[in-house]
Amino acid sequence: MSGERQTVETRKFNIDTVEHAAHTPQTSLPWAELGLKENEYNEVVKILGRRPTAAELAMYSVMWSEHCSYKSSKNHLRQFGDKVTDEMKEHLLVGIGENAGVVDIGDGWAVTFKVESHNHPSFVEPYQGAATGVGGIVRDIISMGARPVAVMDPLRFGAIDHPDTARLVHGIVSGIGGYGNCLGLPNIGGEVVFDAVYQGNPLVNALAVGVMRHEDIRLANASGVGNKVVLFGARTGGDGIGGASVLASESFDSAKPSKRPAVQVGDPFAEKVLIECCLELFKASVVEGIQDLGAAGISCATSELASNGDGGMHVELTKVLLRDPSLTPGEILMSESQERMMAVVTPDNVAAFESIMDKWAVEYSWLGEVTDTGRLIIEWDGEKIVDVDPRTVAHEGPVYDRPFHRPQWLDGVQADTFTSSPAAAGRPADGAALAAAVLELMASPNMCSKDWVTDQYDRYVQGNTALAMPDDAGVVRVDESTGLGVSISTDANGRYSYLNPYEGARLALAESYRNVATSGARPLAVTDCLNFGSPEDPEVMWQFAESVRGLSDGCRELGVPVTGGNVSLYNQTGGVAIHPTPVVGVLGVFDDVARRTPSGWVEDGQAIYLLGTTADELDGSEWANLRGHLGGQPPKADLSLERQLGGILINGSRDGMVDSAHDLSEGGLAAVLVESCLRFNVGARVSVAAVCERDGVDAFTLLFSESQARAVVAVPRSEEIRFTDMCTARAFPAVRIGIVDAESGSLHVQGQFELSLAELRVAHEGTLPRYFG
Amino acid sequence: MTETPLIGSALIDTAVAQAAESPLAGARIGVVTFPGSLDDRDAARAVRIAGGTAVELWHAESGPEALRGVDAVIIPGGFSYGDYLRAGAISRFAPLMEQIVRAAGSDSAANLLPVLGICNGFQILTESHLLPGSMLKNDHLKFICRDQKLRVENNSTWWTSEYAAGQEITVPLKNQDGQYIADEKTLDALEAEGRVVFRYVGANPNGSRRDIAGISNAAGNVVGLMPHPEHAVEAGYGPESASGRSTGTDGLGFFTSVLNHLVGGTK
Repeated sequence: MSGERQTVETRKFNIDTVEHAAHTPQTSLPWAELGLKENEYNEVVKILGRRPTAAELAMYSVMWSEHCSYKSSKNHLRQFGDKVTDEMKEHLLVGIGENAGVVDIGDGWAVTFKVESHNHPSFVEPYQGAATGVGGIVRDIISMGARPVAVMDPLRFGAIDHPDTARLVHGIVSGIGGYGNCLGLPNIGGEVVFDAVYQGNPLVNALAVGVMRHEDIRLANASGVGNKVVLFGARTGGDGIGGASVLASESFDSAKPSKRPAVQVGDPFAEKVLIECCLELFKASVVEGIQDLGAAGISCATSELASNGDGGMHVELTKVLLRDPSLTPGEILMSESQERMMAVVTPDNVAAFESIMDKWAVEYSWLGEVTDTGRLIIEWDGEKIVDVDPRTVAHEGPVYDRPFHRPQWLDGVQADTFTSSPAAAGRPADGAALAAAVLELMASPNMCSKDWVTDQYDRYVQGNTALAMPDDAGVVRVDESTGLGVSISTDANGRYSYLNPYEGARLALAESYRNVATSGARPLAVTDCLNFGSPEDPEVMWQFAESVRGLSDGCRELGVPVTGGNVSLYNQTGGVAIHPTPVVGVLGVFDDVARRTPSGWVEDGQAIYLLGTTADELDGSEWANLRGHLGGQPPKADLSLERQLGGILINGSRDGMVDSAHDLSEGGLAAVLVESCLRFNVGARVSVAAVCERDGVDAFTLLFSESQARAVVAVPRSEEIRFTDMCTARAFPAVRIGIVDAESGSLHVQGQFELSLAELRVAHEGTLPRYFG
Repeated sequence: MTETPLIGSALIDTAVAQAAESPLAGARIGVVTFPGSLDDRDAARAVRIAGGTAVELWHAESGPEALRGVDAVIIPGGFSYGDYLRAGAISRFAPLMEQIVRAAGSDSAANLLPVLGICNGFQILTESHLLPGSMLKNDHLKFICRDQKLRVENNSTWWTSEYAAGQEITVPLKNQDGQYIADEKTLDALEAEGRVVFRYVGANPNGSRRDIAGISNAAGNVVGLMPHPEHAVEAGYGPESASGRSTGTDGLGFFTSVLNHLVGGTK
């Protein structure tokens, strides 16, 4: 099955060669249809000194697309590098710019992780769009030299009762499960959010984590003149042509024809085999450089490998194995067929490479070799169809300083606080009303149990999952002999970012950081997936600029670097953009995952402590959302407080002072009390009067406000003095608010209400099955 | 093929050291890897935790040597060949399966090879006709992952002797095609001969006939089930037990059962 040569006779096209292009400057090319702007096309002509060939045009159009080139975001993303301090670099092995960032977690182990978007494909074709989103991010992880060990999926859908939502939920969840389960990767967390702003543009972000020894880190570069370039994995087909340029880089317009053919089709079995086969290649040290094929397919892989290495590559395109022999050279270059990888192999290792391919029955074809000419030359049956400087394709595309300005409507929105609005009228004041409010909150689409979703994902495979949804963070063991492991959480709040994009990004970071610390891990690094509307809208561009500024400032305040991620723009339908939604993933490390802190109460009689203080911060909250209100300012993000809280949670975990912990975020204290009870069906008795008095808030505010830098922990009786001493020494507010009661079968907030766990469970777990079956 | 750890090289030494100390280490249990197997390393880990020696077996090996002289075989979970065509339908034709089928069905009772098929392994065993019946897509048509309570109906098989008859255990269940079916006559025969080894307790998770979660062949050396005992062998990484928090190790008995059989021959 190796190197099988296609019958070129059947594939004769009117080949637009470089020579032909040089002689036919007047030929008009469909650059606009391929997504290039006029100035961009003129730039290509200027770079080449002639018109591009059809194949070159295909390459430039995909590589210069927003999705691949980051042309609108690059100028802002620089801040992630510029604001990095020495402290933040301490654990960084590979930073932004490679397929994924890599951090040192000690003992010679390294972890790579990244989150990416697959939003538009998932709206057009939910199952395949979501499935190939998992596939793409996993290949990024493999190409760093790592074994993928876990995935997570932050998801955002439209209104739960909209007629189109069920189509997307069913398709996307089963696509993620269908692909990820088949790869043998535990799905350990993520988010499921419903909001009408995502109706025509759901967000399907996918995160993957991989582990490797330091010496196994691989980079995407083609070095060593004379080394062979090989394409392996699935055959190239007509799926996903123009996925990056046409689909991911434009807004949806219902008047245009369906873009379904631009969505890739996944084959998880092929990817699973590809994982094992790549790991065997790494173990045998037979590849010099490796790159996965994702957006922009062969165009991306050849130009990036070449420009990161010795600068030149020579490829014969007819050697690409095809699923569909009618594909033109341009289509082959643009195809986004899944489950493909490109590697650079020394001539000495060719035989070893082939024998590993044969063992796993993976198809491959030798396409060409590395040169030092500084040119990427692609031939079609010996005729030159591409002759470019690969840097101009991969790295020197257009960069735009898009105009942006603060939206005028924002002042009005920020002035409209929840507490002063008519929506706050009739806010629950007595115990019965509070009980009803708690039930309503916990049954609401965003706060209800997500078991319907996560039960469709395998969380056990690989046998290293120590925490998974619904705990605050996902935790996996990396080294069986020592217990060394990692914790990961992803978070975002589109409403907060809508109210204040700078603070919203810092709040997303704060929550993710807090979740990781709550599990007991030391936060080390950040990945982000920045989901926004059209960068051509100056107001959206302002939201983007503010979010990047906020996130990069926040990272510096917390001392954790962004190691990589993804920007997803044009998330809008017609003229309406989604809420700015910067999804932030934080990775932390444990010396021993046996020390992790789960959420949920177990042991009768343990003391329940509330850490942090509560203010009237209901703007943008889940409660305000339930009352149809969105205005005011989001909660204050004080990252130095978050750092202090994190220190307490991490020490408490390491020294065995806390038995369970749950961070306070959306839904506030009310959500945490209910979730902690329902996790293991263990009740509690709580009194809020003293805290209300200390903080100067009423019971409703204490229960529903979303003030930051708070957590609830359960402390064994024997550890109480040590724990409170620690909080006192660190001057962090901690108040005992109650006690775990394993016998009561209820959540009793004294003087206010008592709700049975059975009643709470029915409310909490009934919502998703009611809508989705 | 050498024994490879889940991640990195530290594990090999530990496992070898543990195995060397264990009186059961002399028993060598093969774990088969097909393209698309997922829980093979997990099954090998379960064997080591139980004190035995895990041996990797490769689907494409043929001839009597392919089994590498192992004393028992586990066919692990996963999506071999992507479940294409039908779960297990392609894997059953692997050269190694020929050897397994022959050894498991050997005429001489003394030489019967113990075989455990877990999830996809169970599907492969039914496709190979070592066990009767077949699996359909779950009746609710979704993949399901949950901690599942089972009742041990028969503790006289090679793989269940460490359990008490009627004992209830909790192990993870995770599959798409887990609905066990067979014709009524076959089901009646299975019941009459005590070959229903495990039944689901509580709500039937997938529509399996007569709540059947696992069955055996007549001799009791071949057992197949949909739930995953290899994911309930290590506290901290297992299902939620009565004491909560992923401490469940109810699956360990599968592995200690067969190891005790092989080493002691007492049970």
